[in-house]
Amino acid sequence: MSIEFRSVTKRFADETVAVDDFSLLIPSRKTTVLVGSSGCGKTTLLRMINRMVDPSSGVITIDDEDIATVEPVALRRRIGYVMQNSGLLPHRKVVDNVATVPLLNGVPKAEARERALELLDTVGLDRALADRYPSQLSGGQQQRVGVARGLAADPNILLMDEPFGAVDPIVRSELQHELIRLQRELGKTVVFVTHDIDEAFLLGDQVVILEKGAKIAQQGHPREILANPATEFVASFIGADRGKRRLAPVAAAATGDDVLLVDGTGYAAGVISAPGGKLAYSISDKTDQAGDA
Amino acid sequence: MNFFLDALAYIVDPANLTGAKGILPRLGDHLYYSALATGIALVVALPVGLAIGHTGRGRAFVIAISGAARALPTLGLLFFIVLFTGLGLWPLVAVLAILAVPPIIAGAYAGLESVNRQTIDAARAIGMTEWQLLWKVEVPLALPLIIGGIRSAALQVIATATIAGYVGLTGLGRFLIEGLAVRNYTLAIAGAILVAVLALLVDGLLALIQLLVTPRGVSRGVTSTAPRSRARLRRARATP
Ligand SMILES: Nc1ncnc2c1ncn2[C@@H]1O[C@H](COP(=O)(O)OP(=O)(O)OP(=O)(O)O)[C@@H](O)[C@H]1O
Ligand SMILES: [Mg+2]
Repeated sequence: MSIEFRSVTKRFADETVAVDDFSLLIPSRKTTVLVGSSGCGKTTLLRMINRMVDPSSGVITIDDEDIATVEPVALRRRIGYVMQNSGLLPHRKVVDNVATVPLLNGVPKAEARERALELLDTVGLDRALADRYPSQLSGGQQQRVGVARGLAADPNILLMDEPFGAVDPIVRSELQHELIRLQRELGKTVVFVTHDIDEAFLLGDQVVILEKGAKIAQQGHPREILANPATEFVASFIGADRGKRRLAPVAAAATGDDVLLVDGTGYAAGVISAPGGKLAYSISDKTDQAGDA
Repeated sequence: MNFFLDALAYIVDPANLTGAKGILPRLGDHLYYSALATGIALVVALPVGLAIGHTGRGRAFVIAISGAARALPTLGLLFFIVLFTGLGLWPLVAVLAILAVPPIIAGAYAGLESVNRQTIDAARAIGMTEWQLLWKVEVPLALPLIIGGIRSAALQVIATATIAGYVGLTGLGRFLIEGLAVRNYTLAIAGAILVAVLALLVDGLLALIQLLVTPRGVSRGVTSTAPRSRARLRRARATP
């Protein structure tokens, strides 16, 4: 389920060129993060993958199949989509929201419901919330439901547009690590959009830094980008000039477990050992790079 | 005041209920004309309103016809049609239906227009067809406003159906016409009261339906938990 953009341009009706001659290979079963400042064309790129937006020119393929030849509704049903404000249906209960796509696909009701409940477990939501309406959930819970819905039809591709943009930093960090865990288990082709570079480095196997018009400033593994910012723009965008980077704990502090601290690049910076805790994560040899943190 | 009391007395007198000129048969006719006209208007106007609301195309049309409808001289139109068709049920029903179309279109359009764009976008992005989007998302969320349009249409139709008496039909309007013709104001006022009560009853019924179809989780779902949690908060605060 690799996705490829070949010389894709999107010019909107009002002549705005949101995406200008964009080419990128998005590898299968990895997380690719598109990161860049507001208005640089990230959402437009993402929405071209499920044909919510059609390119003005160029070709997008999924496993070498030109998606312009695929019926949009059929395409969208096999691609999970998670957006910033969850986009849940306000008049349907949580469980029905999660079951929406399988039901559209003709899965029997009882089966779809059972699967939806399992998905609530998967995304770390209490099944007691299944019969609530979205408006009765917190923002973070709504986002989890959004992720569960995105996974419901067991798609190979998951598109996520700033899914954690509207929650507070603590919940965001929780959701990010939940996603890392999920991705380890599920191995989807995830395309994740954010303007938060720390989030990009934390989640991405491949990070693509974009300038206006979706011009690629640099792409690669977080490690490569950090080691060699290609341009002045990248250097200032990743905050290489900031010197110090934030630390964030990995593994929510479950009692008795050690807590690993990583810097914004995803590298281990240290461990807070719990009394009698087990060393859940070993510190990588890359720690020295974050030595100043 | 006297006329009014006499009129009430006329209405509750069992002797006036049945018979050729009785209240019940005329009430039945009045309801029949109104229901027929509103039903026909629904069949015509709902698809138009939903189509405009869903596609967003034709907004100017909605504004134009709601304006025109307000200025429509109903009685004049009725006589005009009767000139061509002769007396009968259908000219009346046609005029009443024409009257009912604009509010129904406007309600359906306003209802769909009020649905959150993000909700619609998300539903489309997860793979709903336009048809599914309309029936599973837009209509359920817009239903209170759609019913609101039907409600004001029905109200106008019931009030206006009194003109049936002018073109050889019956209905509650006959009491008004007959009463005024012989200066029997008691009879005229009885007719007016009956029309008003009928209108209020139908309006109340539709208001109830409107309340019942309000999607849970949209407004009632939220408020139903909010007061509870507020009460809990108050209790928590009260205990030192
Ligand atoms: N439907 C549209 N019609 C016209 N212009 C559009 C449309 N959608 C997006 N644009 C323009 O295209 C450009 C890229 O928009 P896009 O939404 O892809 O940016 P983004 O990177 O997702 O920004 P953000 O981080 O704020 O979400 C912007 O200049 C935007 O105004
Ligand atoms: Mg965006």
